[in-house]
Amino acid sequence: MEARFESVPAVREALGKVDYLADEGIAGVVYLADRLGKPVLVEGPAGTGKTQLAKSVAEILGARLIRLQCYEGLDEAKALYEWNYKKQLLRIQAERNTKETGGNWDEMSDDIFSNEFLMTRPLLEAIRATDPVVLLIDEVDRVEIETEALLLEILSDYQVSIPELGTITATQIPLVFLTSNNTRELSEALKRRCLFLHIDYPDLEREREIVLTKVPDISENLADQVARIVRTIRNLELKKAPSVSETLDWANTLMLLGVQNVTEAEAVDTLHILLKYQTDIAKAAKELTSAPSKFQKTS
Amino acid sequence: MTVVDDGAVPAGLGEPILELLNGFVVELRNAGIPVSLTENLDAMLAVKHIPLEDREAFKYALAATMVKNQSHWKAFETVFEIYFSLRGDQYDLNNQDGQNQDGDDQDQEGDGDQEGEGEGEGQGRGGGGNQMTPEELAQLLYQALMSGDRGLMKMVAKVSVKRFAGMEPGRPVGGTYYLYRTLRNLDLDGVMAKLMEQAREEVGGEMTPLEQRLTNDEYENRVDMLRKEIEAEIRRRLVADRGVEAMAKTLRKPLPEDVDFMHASREEMVKLRRAIYPLTRKLAVRLQRKRLHGRRGALDFRNTVRHSLSYGGVPAEPKFRRPRPKKPEIFIVADISGSVAAFARFTLHLVYAISGQFSKVRAFVFIDGLDEVTKFFEGTEDIVEAVHRVNTEADVVWVDGHSDYGHAFEVFWERYGKEIGPKTTVLILGDARNNYHSSQSWIIKAIRGKARSVFWLNPEPRSYWDTGDSIVGEYGQYCNGTFECRNLRQLEAFVDNLA
Ligand SMILES: Nc1ncnc2c1ncn2[C@@H]1O[C@H](COP(=O)(O)OP(=O)(O)OP(=O)(O)O)[C@@H](O)[C@H]1O
Ligand SMILES: [Mg+2]
Repeated sequence: MEARFESVPAVREALGKVDYLADEGIAGVVYLADRLGKPVLVEGPAGTGKTQLAKSVAEILGARLIRLQCYEGLDEAKALYEWNYKKQLLRIQAERNTKETGGNWDEMSDDIFSNEFLMTRPLLEAIRATDPVVLLIDEVDRVEIETEALLLEILSDYQVSIPELGTITATQIPLVFLTSNNTRELSEALKRRCLFLHIDYPDLEREREIVLTKVPDISENLADQVARIVRTIRNLELKKAPSVSETLDWANTLMLLGVQNVTEAEAVDTLHILLKYQTDIAKAAKELTSAPSKFQKTS
Repeated sequence: MTVVDDGAVPAGLGEPILELLNGFVVELRNAGIPVSLTENLDAMLAVKHIPLEDREAFKYALAATMVKNQSHWKAFETVFEIYFSLRGDQYDLNNQDGQNQDGDDQDQEGDGDQEGEGEGEGQGRGGGGNQMTPEELAQLLYQALMSGDRGLMKMVAKVSVKRFAGMEPGRPVGGTYYLYRTLRNLDLDGVMAKLMEQAREEVGGEMTPLEQRLTNDEYENRVDMLRKEIEAEIRRRLVADRGVEAMAKTLRKPLPEDVDFMHASREEMVKLRRAIYPLTRKLAVRLQRKRLHGRRGALDFRNTVRHSLSYGGVPAEPKFRRPRPKKPEIFIVADISGSVAAFARFTLHLVYAISGQFSKVRAFVFIDGLDEVTKFFEGTEDIVEAVHRVNTEADVVWVDGHSDYGHAFEVFWERYGKEIGPKTTVLILGDARNNYHSSQSWIIKAIRGKARSVFWLNPEPRSYWDTGDSIVGEYGQYCNGTFECRNLRQLEAFVDNLA
């Protein structure tokens, strides 16, 4: 199988070209996923670019993104495939009408459990694809642990078994990304099959770069200030720290308000965009408007 | 920038690196990180694709294949640094006299960062900086923090560890001791103040509180970087002195979920507090799902139809909903004296975080007196704050502030006993070290008679129970269960089963 990427820096650079700022860890794992033919389990706080990573990788490869959005209650019929029972019933009906006897059941069963009546869902679609695809299994922690079992065959063997049809094996190994917000522990079986990538909040430099790339016309100075204030806020003990998407929302708001240089008052007035809990907002407001205590006396 | 350039291990993926990797995996397992055979094999495959001289990529490759839980990352990193730190002559503690000319180049290669080059290195100040005067070192430190330059920080770390840590070969002292000695001599607070002063002058004397805050945080970040460099330097020297295995053993630390509540250091306490939010969120989501699940007897439509086809379309049997169990009411009665206070805090926190799962939660805390603290938790979403108020405002001292379970239970029974009913689950938290007071264990028996159930959670290891003045057995005989809850892992498991 052709390698998709030449080296770790090459991955990083390519992602940068589609406005995804990766760090060494992210680029390294994507590179390995390709070389080892293994899925990547991406975990981390909300809004740190987990979903976007899969999308951006698809973009740089010119591949089709096939997405399975997970939710509680997701089942085989929505994830893998489903028999088109309406069509099947119609066919049975039709058979009945033509042959008064009702026909031969075995024959008809072969007929109605054939490709013609199969409805492909994302996982099967990814396996059957002949064009380049990236499979994204988003928020996998939302399905029940029993449902995870549906994924195991795909993740290790890139194949799907359909009792009535047999086993369908992938003609190519697609890149697969699973994302999780870690609301529950995933099964060992699933984790064993995947490379693990934790995407944390970006460091100061990377966040500044993200703001610069994603917020049109923002000045270096404002991007820098935004990244710094967000870092300071993330260091507080909060219920929910601001995510990258919230940083971006905030930067956009500041731009709309025509702010060039963030003052205390402007920061405090717009904190509700960064933070969701009232107690967090109050805490951050207090911290941002009082100088660090140990240096107050000297000034 | 090589992973292993100490001459003992040739470049390329020969036997030695695999051997090193094996030792590494053994140590990861010793540190409590579960590495399966598949994962071990994956790691061996992975490193074949990574150029060995890219140390960061090497590290991420190993982590991606073997560490599947973020809370294990710290432990992984420590083991990694020990196993794949640079080793060589220049770290030999017997060789203190600066004859290690090429040592410097090798040293700065440790991190794969390009900007680190140039600046401070290779300007004839090498040789471990033995010739540097204290003033010069202070100046170097100031400049390193002022510029945030990684190379300069490494140099400061190297010189100051050599000068201040007082490391001697074979001395059985842990790294923290050396770190402390080094830091004490650097007067970082003084440097910080100077840097702030300088920053203030640069903007013409006046800085808004926000500017001060941001500047301060930036310098603190740099001080943190420097501290990490110093730690790394000490670690490298210790590894050179004592060997990999011995060092790995000394530095082994429990994972956050395994940290003992009763013996947590300050640093570990911070880690525990950080760990508790994601944990409560996880618990809440899980419990929420459990309940939803109980209600919905899902109908497998597809299967039903597939089945009905063979009968020509006979409709399916309907499935029945499972009845939802009644929400219990929780009474927490917690000893908050000294050594068990942290345990009480975490338990209160966890139970209140999932209080939606219960019809009511009431909290009582005691030392030798007892006070109800339910009101602190009501009408606020900030559990941390509420727990803080419990510690500072509750009226729990009766005579001398030494635990007296017997008296506390008397007060509890007298004031609140009649409010216990068949829906009430009572949780008692404490080590049951009663200072030889009378136990009044009849009260537990009486509570058991009225309540749905009574559980005792003890933060001490089971082997300590009923030794000295611990009388948990005497109380335990009247409970529906006694549980050892030494760490978050055990506590989470208990709370999970409670709802
Ligand atoms: N490294 C990055 N480079 C560029 N943009 C980023 C990066 N990280 C995050 N973003 C931006 O942040 C936003 C949130 O990203 P995304 O939706 O992928 O987060 P997520 O981790 O999937 O969050 P959730 O857990 O809530 O699903 C997107 O608009 C994305 O473009
Ligand atoms: Mg997402």
